[in-house]
Amino acid sequence: MSDRNKFFGIEEALALIRPGARIMIGGFGLAGYPEELVQALAASGIKDLTIISNDLGSPGVGLGKLLTNGQIKALIGNYYNWNPEVAEAYNDGRIQVTLLPQGTFAEAIRAAGVGIPAFYSAASAGTELAVGKETREFNGRTYVLERAISADVALIKANKADELGNLIYYKTARNFNPLMAVAAALTIVEVDEIVPIGALDPESVVTPHIFVDIIVGRGRDGALGTG
Amino acid sequence: MVLLVPDSEARVRIARRIAREFVAQNRKLVINLGVGIPTMVANYIHGSNIFIQAENGMLGVGRLAAEDRIDRQLINAGRQPVTETPGCSYFDSATSFGMIRGGYVDATVIGAFEVDEEGNIANWINPAGKQLGVGGAMDLVTGAKQVIVGMQHNTRDGKAKLVRRCRMPITGYSEVDMVVTELGVFYFKAGRLVLEEIAPEVSLEALTVLTEARFAVSKDLKTLPD
Repeated sequence: MSDRNKFFGIEEALALIRPGARIMIGGFGLAGYPEELVQALAASGIKDLTIISNDLGSPGVGLGKLLTNGQIKALIGNYYNWNPEVAEAYNDGRIQVTLLPQGTFAEAIRAAGVGIPAFYSAASAGTELAVGKETREFNGRTYVLERAISADVALIKANKADELGNLIYYKTARNFNPLMAVAAALTIVEVDEIVPIGALDPESVVTPHIFVDIIVGRGRDGALGTG
Repeated sequence: MVLLVPDSEARVRIARRIAREFVAQNRKLVINLGVGIPTMVANYIHGSNIFIQAENGMLGVGRLAAEDRIDRQLINAGRQPVTETPGCSYFDSATSFGMIRGGYVDATVIGAFEVDEEGNIANWINPAGKQLGVGGAMDLVTGAKQVIVGMQHNTRDGKAKLVRRCRMPITGYSEVDMVVTELGVFYFKAGRLVLEEIAPEVSLEALTVLTEARFAVSKDLKTLPD
């Protein structure tokens, strides 16, 4: 009863991504981003992408490669100070950038996955990041209406998947990955290890398998690799 | 300008003074530490009753990892490799900011470009700089129960950072509760900035010159300890 239909090689998985796609990518700095999927996306040269991620790695490193390659049309995220090429590209008018407070960004992704189109948060009220957004008072405090953020594809990283696609994560590599798994129309996960059904403690599963469409094992063995 | 307190000494003094604030409370506390001087606060916290939260999804952050113990999947929000403490836990980013927004974080310690007389803080972007990012600063200043700013008293070229009104883009309005610099400790009390402790290197007159913001002086003014 393992779901062999979910096992893809990295090239097969990448073939599902179209130019102009909105892609969520998990990770915080260099922790917990799907390294091999991002490398393959950079090698593919697919263009006009909207990348939704916490940050954009470092110049030419990790997600930074996608910008160096000129594959990005727009960014939606939180913190690009680790990659000064982002501010450069934005100032030159080469890319659009939408900045959100980190907690708002996380919640907007969560909301998209669970059928909530918008929500109110006090973070950013009155600041430059709230310009043009609706506000409303609750209990004497001003809140900003924030819209959910969805995507065509999520590229995420997990530590282990069982053969159905149940996922567990590793330490601070978890970050945005479980949220993105739920928020995107198509979720592709890169894992360190694939284990048999029953090998994961049901109490420890973080992402239930119904949120996972495609599993890519790390390493040269591709789909069945255990990296 | 000639620094009254050398850089490294100033940073340690600020971090130690903020740590003392937590240790003195002698109760269970959840705190979040920003990058720079705030991260150094952890070095001066002893005891197991203070839990450090990192907004990238960890409660119970330990010391920075030694060179031979680095795990690049175990980092704090400043991307530094860290260690676990007994009883630590991991969670996703929405849960992490749920803790912050939901009022479960007792204090956030952050740096700032400017803090003004109304307790407004500017620390997320320098419009003259080449950076683009906000991080968790806006969520933290609006969500944490107490906002403590740890920063050097003046900029490198001698400009005041405690100002009458912030000129740089605001991170949060009237959110700051306490400001610790190497020259003084200030609290916002009933909407007023009050000097509670002063460093031995400065007179009150000198401090007034170095501080653009107007402040009241506590009747019980103490010396800022080292």
